[in-house]
Amino acid sequence: MTRSPSPRPPTPGAVALSGVSKAFGAVRAVDGIDLEVRPGEFFSMLGPSGSGKTTVLRMIAGFEAPSAGRVLLGGIDVTRLAAFDRDVNTVFQDYALFPHLSVRQNIEYGLKVKRVPRAERAERAAEALATVRLHSFGDRRPAELSGGQRQRVALARALVNRPSVLLLDEPLGALDLKLRQEMQLELKQIQREAGITFVLVTHDQDEALTMSDRIAVFNAGRIEQVGTPAEVYERPATAFVAGFVGTSNLLQGPCAVQVFGESGTYSVRPEKIRVAHPDDPTGPDEHAVTGTIGEVVYAGAQTRFLVDLEAGGQLVAVRQNFEESGADAARHRGSAVLLAWQRQHTVRINP
Amino acid sequence: MQLSRTARILLRLATALGLAVIYAPLLLVLVNSFNASRSFAWPPSGFSTRWWAAAWQETGLRAALATSLKAGLGATAVALVLGTMAAFAATRYRFYGRQSVSFLLILPIALPGIVTGIALNAAFRTVLTPLGVGFGLFTVVVGHATFCIVVVFNNVAARLRRIAPSAEEASADLGAHTFQTFWYVTLPAVRSALLAGALLAFALSFDEIVVTTFTAGPGTQTLPLWIFDNLARPNQGPVVDVVAAVLIVLAVLPVYLAQRLSGEPLR
Repeated sequence: MTRSPSPRPPTPGAVALSGVSKAFGAVRAVDGIDLEVRPGEFFSMLGPSGSGKTTVLRMIAGFEAPSAGRVLLGGIDVTRLAAFDRDVNTVFQDYALFPHLSVRQNIEYGLKVKRVPRAERAERAAEALATVRLHSFGDRRPAELSGGQRQRVALARALVNRPSVLLLDEPLGALDLKLRQEMQLELKQIQREAGITFVLVTHDQDEALTMSDRIAVFNAGRIEQVGTPAEVYERPATAFVAGFVGTSNLLQGPCAVQVFGESGTYSVRPEKIRVAHPDDPTGPDEHAVTGTIGEVVYAGAQTRFLVDLEAGGQLVAVRQNFEESGADAARHRGSAVLLAWQRQHTVRINP
Repeated sequence: MQLSRTARILLRLATALGLAVIYAPLLLVLVNSFNASRSFAWPPSGFSTRWWAAAWQETGLRAALATSLKAGLGATAVALVLGTMAAFAATRYRFYGRQSVSFLLILPIALPGIVTGIALNAAFRTVLTPLGVGFGLFTVVVGHATFCIVVVFNNVAARLRRIAPSAEEASADLGAHTFQTFWYVTLPAVRSALLAGALLAFALSFDEIVVTTFTAGPGTQTLPLWIFDNLARPNQGPVVDVVAAVLIVLAVLPVYLAQRLSGEPLR
């Protein structure tokens, strides 16, 4: 696991995991994870399905007990505490609203079971409804709401308890693309205003890059890298991170030796690559490699070139469509090209 | 699907005929209970309520009705407690033999009543009699409970499978203790299934005759046993018709309600 370069905060982490593992039978879903989420941070756990990210979230919430290791909330060991004794609230993937209660009763539920007086309950519920812009929906049943509205109710039901940490389990997964993008911005805004630590589980790299202060990339029950979105994207620590967050674009074997004069695995992001004529000069600060354009993919705003390298392997280069349109780009298929990029954009990947 | 005119008419006729075969005899019983004549002669000789008055006067009948109500309520109570607990165990927990336990729980409803009856009779004779517990209301309740549990179990288990476990997790997440979660979230979700199961269980117990025959013992008579005894007796035919007419009405209600409840959308 790679730590980000900034110094450790003086206050204890909002969430801290040390050596946490979880086995289901013979399967090790989570395998010795250390993690620290800072207070007030928007933290994402990103990974493919089955990578253990949801299991980690469920162990923070208290729905699963770790097989080994400790879970700390605000510096206090909660490993053995039940879900109802932890100062965290969860927004579930399927929202898990109570179908027999109205929207308002759903939101008041956490306050009711904690015996908050009726008047305060009503006031805080109204406030929470306003936060998620559902003022006039208090008397409806969850079944009478759209997916996006249910999502907001689930959010309000969690926020009304003013938890120190809010856990979100793929909260936008069931929404369509447009609504999802709206909710991403809205969630980020709510998090900033409420000042609550958010821990988000997602398999969507764009979502993680858009919303997070920091991201932990999960693979096969372990954390591959922790860092800011820019760090994770620009300087992937492992081949897995390079591939999962963005296009992998790996250079290895004889090709790596030819370009970099040294064997190893290297990565370069597609948008950093300049597609040039084979005879064009390259700058002193540039790495360059020659190849043939195998495929041209027109994607509206950009065109993607899949280039087969002379020395073996393949790179993807992306070019903004300033002037050319798709029809023009297609005729480049089969042309010999030179791919060049700034040396600083080459990332050496740990084997 | 589009049907031809002829096909539609034929299907309607077949439906009407099928329903008539089932319900015309029941209607006949109702009519006969108001028949002035002593025999089941057709057409009825005149309208009379004297058999209804006679039935009301019959003390044996009243005692049998009371016994049936007690047996039904007892069996339903036992079935509610055990059936609900079994449904929770089978749907909420993974344990060794879970499938087998579910199967063994459902089996009694498929077993012929006569087999259950003989088996229980033998078992009670060997186990309970030496302990000083004779045949009577208690043995009837136990006998009925064996198959009443099934309907409660099936209803509640089906409902529990439909409600997402995340609702209970959400409740705990919001700070509710185990009992609060059960009371505020789980129970409202299974309440109508419990009621439907209870109504069906009661209806099953109320008209049971085979298992009852083997578990009641000489001093205990439920309503179906009373009917069976009196059907063959001279002069009692019309009174039995009255009882049958009442039972038809009593049986329709719980089944109708149970169907409404179990078909009700989750709210």
